[in-house]
Amino acid sequence: MICTSSEELPSISTMKILVIEDDLDAAAYLVKAFNEAGIVTDHASDGDLGFYLATENTYDVMVIDRMLPKRDGLSIVSALREKSIETPVLILSALGQVDDRVTGLRAGGDDYLPKPYSFSELLARVEVLGRRKGMRDNDTVYRIADLELDRLAHEVHRAGQRITLQPREFRLLEYMMKHAGQVVTRTMLLENVWDYHFDPQTNVIDVHISRLRSKIEKGFDQALLRTVRGAGYILKAEN
Amino acid sequence: MRLSALYLGLFAICAVVLVFYVTDLTSSLLTGQTKRVVQDEIQVLANFYRRGGVTLLINHIDRRSREPGANLYTIAAPNGKILAGNVESLQAGILDAKGWTARPFTYRRFYQPEGTPGHRALAEVIFLSNGMRVLVGRDLGEPTKFRSMIRSSLALALGIMLVGALIIWFVIGRGALLRIDRVAQASQKIMAGDLAQRLPISGTGDEFDRLSSSLNSMLVRIEKLNVGLRQVSDNIAHDLKTPLTRLRNKAEAALAGREDTASYRLAMEEMIEESDQLIRTFNALLMISRVEAGSAVAQMDTVDLSAIARDTEELYEPVAEEAGATMTSDISDGIVVSGNRELIGQAISNLIENAIKYSTDGDGGSTIRISLEQHKRNIILSVRDSGPGIPENRRNDVVKRFVRLDESRSKPGTGLGLSLVDAIMGLHGGRLELASSDEIKQTGLCARMVFG
Repeated sequence: MICTSSEELPSISTMKILVIEDDLDAAAYLVKAFNEAGIVTDHASDGDLGFYLATENTYDVMVIDRMLPKRDGLSIVSALREKSIETPVLILSALGQVDDRVTGLRAGGDDYLPKPYSFSELLARVEVLGRRKGMRDNDTVYRIADLELDRLAHEVHRAGQRITLQPREFRLLEYMMKHAGQVVTRTMLLENVWDYHFDPQTNVIDVHISRLRSKIEKGFDQALLRTVRGAGYILKAEN
Repeated sequence: MRLSALYLGLFAICAVVLVFYVTDLTSSLLTGQTKRVVQDEIQVLANFYRRGGVTLLINHIDRRSREPGANLYTIAAPNGKILAGNVESLQAGILDAKGWTARPFTYRRFYQPEGTPGHRALAEVIFLSNGMRVLVGRDLGEPTKFRSMIRSSLALALGIMLVGALIIWFVIGRGALLRIDRVAQASQKIMAGDLAQRLPISGTGDEFDRLSSSLNSMLVRIEKLNVGLRQVSDNIAHDLKTPLTRLRNKAEAALAGREDTASYRLAMEEMIEESDQLIRTFNALLMISRVEAGSAVAQMDTVDLSAIARDTEELYEPVAEEAGATMTSDISDGIVVSGNRELIGQAISNLIENAIKYSTDGDGGSTIRISLEQHKRNIILSVRDSGPGIPENRRNDVVKRFVRLDESRSKPGTGLGLSLVDAIMGLHGGRLELASSDEIKQTGLCARMVFG
């Protein structure tokens, strides 16, 4: 499901990640795909080697399979956290449901992706974990082009004109702006804006996005919120 | 059987130990008493001896010897020859040691018939200054008789106990063993695969019946799970083969078709869409079985049901509007339940997705109404729509995995939505009820999540 054409990808500064995955086919595919996306990727095929690499080198993100030979993924994450290595970790797991996610995140993981996943989903999450491209957490006003979101006053302006948003639309825009320039997927939005982790059968997120889009773009020249086919959405100013 | 024998043995050992202890205690008491009597007697004899020497002593002993029930008296010369008293002969060596005889000895009285065994006695031997020996003793006949009486009554009691135990075992224990055997036979059959088999219940309501009936309820549950499992695997085989076949056909068609990138790309995208749908079905199936596996799977917290209902309504409101439905709600505030937010949210969204999917076909606006209210002890969250509804005789079926009404087969869906809601409600100790929105016209579906 790699349908992202290159001009839609965010501009790339070199990011280095570690993938700990024992399924060699899957790992080879991941390494190739990450490299194509401009991400330098190291691979470890078992838990011991993975832990060694993780402590010896510096990475921007680690992608760790939950079930590994020699040492399981969760114990690697907790051991890294004990050694004060705070590199963002994304846990991959064949166990997907409800409480597995909770145990994964409790062990010190930053994100959790159940298998099978689409690569575009994984890539978007790794990008978000590894790059602080968008706004910083302590910015009180997010700005992109002529769009401005005031997190304290809960107000949105575009080109000086006030835009009224519903509370959820505000949170949706806030999340998109926080990760401006990066692809965010539908599940990421459902997780972060609605705090639900299930997979809706209908296109709920698309409908919310199109409502938001019409509010922030209708009557303005520049399109900011764009659809990335097969992946999700990206909020960015035209060059 | 072995257990009852063990009990009986232990009991008998205890009884024997007890009886021996009691008889020994009694006989040592009696021995002490004997010694006191003998010592008193010796005091009296000593008085006579002091007053009148050996002559008076012999006289006195002679007189005392003839009294009925008299103690044993012997006065013997230094060489051991008996001079006076009521003893014909003594066990050898008794007169050689001073003081109390170490243990009971045997002796023969005068006029005792030949061939009868000797009597047993305890005695004290005193050496007079001229070398003569005086023995004063007491027959042990009474304590010995007492002891043997107790022992024989013990033997009798143990005998009765043994017989009693055998009778009790035969009447009760054997009955119980027979019942255990019947239970064992029934479980053999169950192990052999006949899950419809039940353990026998005698109807007396005793411990065995209680055990059997709780094992039976366990069997009912196992059988239900087993049937569910078989049904699922049958349905998986059937319902997953269809999309797999479609997937395969698409790949084949693309291979046989025009050789250009655009049409390959289209085919690939369709195939990914198809496999995503398959993954979705698998996820739903896994989720149902994990939820049904029980409460250990999901973490339960106190959750704000009103907030979950509002969140979910708000999530779907634009979707409903786009599909041409009007969504209204009547959600009471501050209703909390013990549950899992994620699962409850999933359940509500399944019901809303169904409502949107099945009510927006006809002409005219469809309406969907979500309400949450507390009815005495029940909390009811209902989603009602203005669609065609589900015929009453099919309502139990649609909750089963992969069951879809014929009219709905044309629509996308896994046939697992309501099964998941049902499983989630089961996990929360509640149930899913399906009814008509309009009871008179029998149209529309009203799906109620009832929290008990």
